[in-house]
Amino acid sequence: MDLTSLTIHGLSDKLKKKETTSVEVTKAFLKRMEEVEKKVHAFITVTADEALKRAAEADGRIAKGEGVTPLTGVPIAVKDIFCTKGVKTTCASRILDNFVPPYDSTVVRKLKEAGTVILGKNNMDEFAMGSSTENSAFSPTYNPWALDRVPGGSSGGSAASVAASECVASVGTDTGGSIRQPASCCGVVGIKPTYGRVSRFGMIAFASSLDQAGPFTKDVTDSAIMLNAIAGWDPSDSTSIKAEVPDYRTFLTAEVNGLKIGIPKEYFIEGMDKEVEDSVKEALEVLKKAGATLVPVTLPHTEYAVGVYYLVATAEASSNLARYDGVKYGLRVSETGGLLDMYKKTRDEGFGGEVKRRIMLGTYSLSAGYYDAYYKKASQVRTLIKNDFDAAFRSCDVIATPTAPTAAFKLGERVEDPLTMYLSDIFTISCNLAGIPGMSLPCGFTKDGLPIGLQILGRTLDEGTVLKTAYAYEQATEWHKRRPKL
Amino acid sequence: MSITKKDVLHVADLARLALTEKEIDLYTAQLQRILSYVEKLSELNTEGVPPTTTTVPPETVYREDRVTVSLAQEEALRNAPSSERGCFKVPKIIE
Repeated sequence: MDLTSLTIHGLSDKLKKKETTSVEVTKAFLKRMEEVEKKVHAFITVTADEALKRAAEADGRIAKGEGVTPLTGVPIAVKDIFCTKGVKTTCASRILDNFVPPYDSTVVRKLKEAGTVILGKNNMDEFAMGSSTENSAFSPTYNPWALDRVPGGSSGGSAASVAASECVASVGTDTGGSIRQPASCCGVVGIKPTYGRVSRFGMIAFASSLDQAGPFTKDVTDSAIMLNAIAGWDPSDSTSIKAEVPDYRTFLTAEVNGLKIGIPKEYFIEGMDKEVEDSVKEALEVLKKAGATLVPVTLPHTEYAVGVYYLVATAEASSNLARYDGVKYGLRVSETGGLLDMYKKTRDEGFGGEVKRRIMLGTYSLSAGYYDAYYKKASQVRTLIKNDFDAAFRSCDVIATPTAPTAAFKLGERVEDPLTMYLSDIFTISCNLAGIPGMSLPCGFTKDGLPIGLQILGRTLDEGTVLKTAYAYEQATEWHKRRPKL
Repeated sequence: MSITKKDVLHVADLARLALTEKEIDLYTAQLQRILSYVEKLSELNTEGVPPTTTTVPPETVYREDRVTVSLAQEEALRNAPSSERGCFKVPKIIE
């Protein structure tokens, strides 16, 4: 039995039945990493010693039957954007190369409390800015299904590490698609919860009104288990929502009779990849056969979403990233030319190309004389996009679309052309602007063997119906059982 | 809207970035292209539409005024590139 191929629920059963131990499983994953990490590069930091220590503690709890959760002893990974006490947290940036946080992010604290074993910190696009993980200051991550292709981004390392069975599950963040698009590219399940459902405390900020954490898993059941562990109000995050968190596993009934699935015509556009379109349409037929009704809906402002996003997200980023000034933490360059010179040189040297481009764009759109034409205008169009969803959800329970217009593209293909790269997120961005939950799950493969993702969007705080729909689809298909050969 | 090298230099100064000549040329061209794309938003009439800046109802969050443990000075300073006598140390500001 290959322990690294198990799901959370599969592994948890084995641990409870004492068929294996957390230490044994953790060692199996560390060995797997030794074999595949040089090909995939899904991690920036591996915390092997700490993981083995925590695995032994988990085994102790399982032996005594004390405080055992479905995640006790389960080896996972977290994106290097989450602060981890005493463990280097770089955000894949040279400017935070040596940053060791003195505290845990709420997500990490909750995962530790649930008894998980954290194997390490995943690679990502620098400050979560990108759609390919090529913007990491350290190394790109390679797609486990085809090593000459990107894993998507920005949480590419988190998606690839699950696809490559280097961990059972992982946690990433999604500002404009950074969980769903890599999940689609890597053939795994990824969910971005409602904005405010999961605490952002200790999660390094990119665009504060859009950023949200969520899990990558091998199936939908695991997604519900992870969400159970990380969701909930947090007094340390003033934007986290004070609402009851349901047990997400209760939605996994495969019962979709009478469920109305909205199909927005704006997401099935001319020029999109034929194989992607066919797979997604086939997936919709599967859901129809399971008892759901397909309802045409319209989201008329979809074509403006990328424009709105790149103004709103960059404006927020330019403000958030002002904190990297060479004073409190991180890199400092040049002591001799005075304070202003130190700021400027530190930031020029510490940030990578994409980050600087976005700081520039955001600073421009917020600057005197341009604020009304850009930032304010974008925030108004954001309202129209949000209203589109409110109207659509009056006639349907969830909305289904492709996650991305194409399967994973080749490394280097889009790096020279920021705008084309930005358009990779065309189907995922609106969800963040509206604050609603969205999930991607495998729904087929191209003839070249690349995974294709189905996106399911839900109403605010209705992750339950999203999971229910996804689970019904998963029960009727086998795509989620395929694994890449590495 | 056309963006000039002068605009880029001004924005770089606001953003506290010491860009190289090469970066200035590159960003002038790239920002121009991105801004022409977002120009698309001007097709829409947004008169009277309230802006959305957050999807969570913005309200003041209150909590009890209770004393809790905060970060120790030593820990807060541990990541500082330069510190002295419990303070962050920066290059000289006043001549």
